[in-house]
Amino acid sequence: MSEAIKIATRESYGKALVELGAQYPNLVVLDADLAGATKTGIFKKAYPDRHINCGIAECNMTGIAAGLATCGKIPFISSFAMFAAGRNYEQIRNSIGYPHLNVKIGATHAGITVGEDGASHQCNEDLALMRTIPGMVVMCPADDIEARAAVHAAAAYDGPVYLRFGRAACPIINDREDYHFQIGKAEILQEGTAVTIAATGICVGAALEAADMLAQEGIKAEVINVCTIKPLDEELIKSSARKTGKVVTAEEHSIIGGLGSAVCDALSEEAIAPVYKIGMRDVFGESGPAPALVAKYRLDGKGIYEQVKAFISN
Amino acid sequence: MTNSDLKKTANKVRKGIITAIHSAKAGHPGGSLSAADIYTYLYFEEMNIDPQNPRWEERDRFVLSKGHTAPGLYSALAHRGFFPVADLTTLRQLGSYLQGHPCMQHVPGVDMSSGSLGQGISAAVGMALAGKLDGKDYRVYTLLGDGETQEGQVWEAAMFAGHRKLDNLTVIVDNNGLQIDGAVDEVCTPYPLDKKFEAFNFRVITIDAHDYDALRAAFQEARATKGRPTAIIARSMKGKGVSFMEGQAAWHGVAPNDEQFALAMEDLLKIDTELSQEEEIG
Repeated sequence: MSEAIKIATRESYGKALVELGAQYPNLVVLDADLAGATKTGIFKKAYPDRHINCGIAECNMTGIAAGLATCGKIPFISSFAMFAAGRNYEQIRNSIGYPHLNVKIGATHAGITVGEDGASHQCNEDLALMRTIPGMVVMCPADDIEARAAVHAAAAYDGPVYLRFGRAACPIINDREDYHFQIGKAEILQEGTAVTIAATGICVGAALEAADMLAQEGIKAEVINVCTIKPLDEELIKSSARKTGKVVTAEEHSIIGGLGSAVCDALSEEAIAPVYKIGMRDVFGESGPAPALVAKYRLDGKGIYEQVKAFISN
Repeated sequence: MTNSDLKKTANKVRKGIITAIHSAKAGHPGGSLSAADIYTYLYFEEMNIDPQNPRWEERDRFVLSKGHTAPGLYSALAHRGFFPVADLTTLRQLGSYLQGHPCMQHVPGVDMSSGSLGQGISAAVGMALAGKLDGKDYRVYTLLGDGETQEGQVWEAAMFAGHRKLDNLTVIVDNNGLQIDGAVDEVCTPYPLDKKFEAFNFRVITIDAHDYDALRAAFQEARATKGRPTAIIARSMKGKGVSFMEGQAAWHGVAPNDEQFALAMEDLLKIDTELSQEEEIG
């Protein structure tokens, strides 16, 4: 893990859109007065005619994207996760999901690392909402490299995709030469035998830190990076669970309906292993600096380490 | 088509509506009938479409924002040759492609899935925007209910269309004055609709929805209007053509039973007779 370089995945989103702009002349980017914050402003500079600011009207933006998609465009709609997924849920469900239109939803500022804006803007429910829509692909990248790869994969994929990005800069963890991204494929970042930690988004880096702390005590944790929440890489998670016998999930999201629930769904039929879910425990967030919030809600390396240890000691 | 032919066609569309909803034992006759002349004018006179090639890229597009009146759209599409008229009796049946609300993946000629009020107009705006981005000259039409304009998203869409000067977009409001719970202006008035659309930079034309000269003039004016979208406020009669359904909010979402079906078809056959007589006198 390269501690020196930290990049927010929303930044990666904006940059990837520019990279894709040349490749896909039919790619258009829609925003709802947040182009500076969602980083689609980077795309706007490169392709002003293909950047459509819809004003503060996310539901209409979603419908416009649906209409554009029926005419062969590849629209990326952008807003904070709270609005992109929360306010827009029914528009996405009926105008994009039901007709299975080729619209990509780029949701930035997800989770509590929004920080100081507080609970009204900290969306910890978006993965749950988007997972329930038939045919929706749901991705939550862990770093800059994965975020850009996910945006490229979303553009190449024909169908609706939800992409979750963060506001806060996060460390690079996928800077390997053999790195390869594929929708629906999770990846073992570190092999282990005592417990499986399946993490997504910013919790992947934190899970690696937790695994280091556990290793110092002789506990070998297997760390899996789950970028695609749906369709979930059930095979990989099941095989890891069979090996370790205990699974912990970690996500900057409610423990209801997100990665933790998806993993439980995958493991429950054969009752392969007990699962402990780390995440927001059915509470709203609050204002504060992102690192302080992550520590308070025990989503950092230390918090994950402590919870994993308590779980496997039982 | 002459007005006389359009009226005859509209009566076929109305029979299709009643037949489909009667077969389904559920559906929305009131708003399907009030818009029957609008559907007929659009699909038999106004729109540049090809029933043999429903996904033709250059075609004009139509979005039924008031998706619950799908039987009217289906009947118009069937009579225009997009699919067999006989299939109308499969409306809302298990396994039928004619879902309760329009589904673009399965019905030839349906350009957008709809049914959740307020959303169709946004999709239509997106299609109009795509036309502008691509420099194409197809036109986009969307039909809204007057009750539907209570949805805030309608005005988000209107704001955007006006701001972007989408003169390839025509919004039609089927202004029959009634919604499920009663009179639109008693439930929660959206009036004045004309002033609201004007305020969002629309050209607004108010017409009698059942007058073909007025429909023709309004759509021609919309076509000729440059630099802004057009809203046609079409004053209509809910349940138009079936005497006991006319002006009755109760017929918003109820299917006729066998007896009522027979009476309704009698009414529509009478209209056929009247139209033939008019033509002979003509």
